[in-house]
Amino acid sequence: MKGFWRDAAEFFPILMNGVALTIVVTIGSLLLSTVLGLIWAMMRVSGIRVLSMLSAGLINVIRGIPIIVLLFYLYFVMPDLGVTLTALQAAILGLGIAYSAYQAENFRAGIEAIDRGQIEAAQSIGMGWWLTMRRVVLPQAVRIVLPPYGNVMIMMLKDSSQASTITVAELALQGKLIASSTFKNTSVFTLVALMYLTMSIPLILLVRHFEKRAGKK
Amino acid sequence: MIELTDVHKSFGKVEVLKGITANVEKGEVVCIIGPSGSGKSTILRCINGLESYDRGEISVEGLKVDRDAPSIVKIRTQVSMVFQRFNLFPHRSVLENVVEGPLFVKKEPRAQVLERGRALLAQVGLAEKADAHPPQLSGGQQQRVAIARALAMQPKAILFDEPTSALDPELVGDVLGVMRKLADDGMTMVVVTHEMGFARDVADRVLFIDGGVIVEQGPAKALLNQPRHPRTQDFLRRVLHPL
Repeated sequence: MKGFWRDAAEFFPILMNGVALTIVVTIGSLLLSTVLGLIWAMMRVSGIRVLSMLSAGLINVIRGIPIIVLLFYLYFVMPDLGVTLTALQAAILGLGIAYSAYQAENFRAGIEAIDRGQIEAAQSIGMGWWLTMRRVVLPQAVRIVLPPYGNVMIMMLKDSSQASTITVAELALQGKLIASSTFKNTSVFTLVALMYLTMSIPLILLVRHFEKRAGKK
Repeated sequence: MIELTDVHKSFGKVEVLKGITANVEKGEVVCIIGPSGSGKSTILRCINGLESYDRGEISVEGLKVDRDAPSIVKIRTQVSMVFQRFNLFPHRSVLENVVEGPLFVKKEPRAQVLERGRALLAQVGLAEKADAHPPQLSGGQQQRVAIARALAMQPKAILFDEPTSALDPELVGDVLGVMRKLADDGMTMVVVTHEMGFARDVADRVLFIDGGVIVEQGPAKALLNQPRHPRTQDFLRRVLHPL
């Protein structure tokens, strides 16, 4: 145990560099997946056949590809097509795209849960599609969407570790590098696990808060 | 002001409107009565383009109702609607509900709209509820807010789709009272209702609809007191003397 604390004190600063990248990847891909997910969801509920079919197709393609393969594709294949991305860019892009499918389905479920009468009331005072979305549907859908959105945040935090496979030196990769050079596997990976947990706990509490609020109505 | 000419409408294979021809003059109060499923509500919903129609023509002040044309916004801002289930926006306060249309659709100046909103809430007897949220109100109060919301658009006509059918009996009177006041003030109203007392006392004309056609129409008192068509007689007997 004493050994662990000594190791912890030694490795903690290095691992914190990894934490910084983990947070950058998580927040970057969270923002990207939210924007893309909103676009897919809007296309899906637009009532325009071409758009909704395109969106449904896209979502299925994205859902059907493992994140790790998507990351490899962006990082190793895109340069052959003339697009070179840094590892960090590829990681954010890959995770953002991968998660946009889940975000889209979540947003769509929230939008479709809104009572039809709300949309009719909006139309009856002359609101068009976009105004109806912005003023009536989306503000109400947010309540429904927030708890699952919080869960996505937790999953993304953990899945950001997949960026290690394309050389992004985030928390998991930093841990692996230290472990393989010091052979102190137990100390290092315990510390890594604890650091992920520490980052997750505020998010878990946030989800609980969202759920309580949504339940109250 | 509102004209329907040979309007047909089907939901799938079921034809719910089989050639409706009717008109509503400015300042007139027209009640539409008839059994459920007869197409009463569908007529209202076609007038402001919530529903499309298959054949015939509907026009409001000479402007053809076409829910896919940009002109539908103009029609909707001139013809307000009050729904059976109120359909207030639960995430906005009562006052915000009332001013939503004038502020965001008609883009009127804020201060002026808020002032009008408060005046309208006072008119329907809910001035003190301006900052409450709809779920905190009773059904009757919500429906009165919905009427204020419709009025805030400064419409030329208001369509009422069974405005008291979802209310507890003791709350019906308040809503009908507000509507009667509107009628007295000269508002053009089309009211789908089961309230025969309201139709008799307030309406200028009554249309009796059954099976997607207008079976009988005429001045309210005459039609309700001495219905001529056997189907109207049968319907009124059942509504007025259910036992």
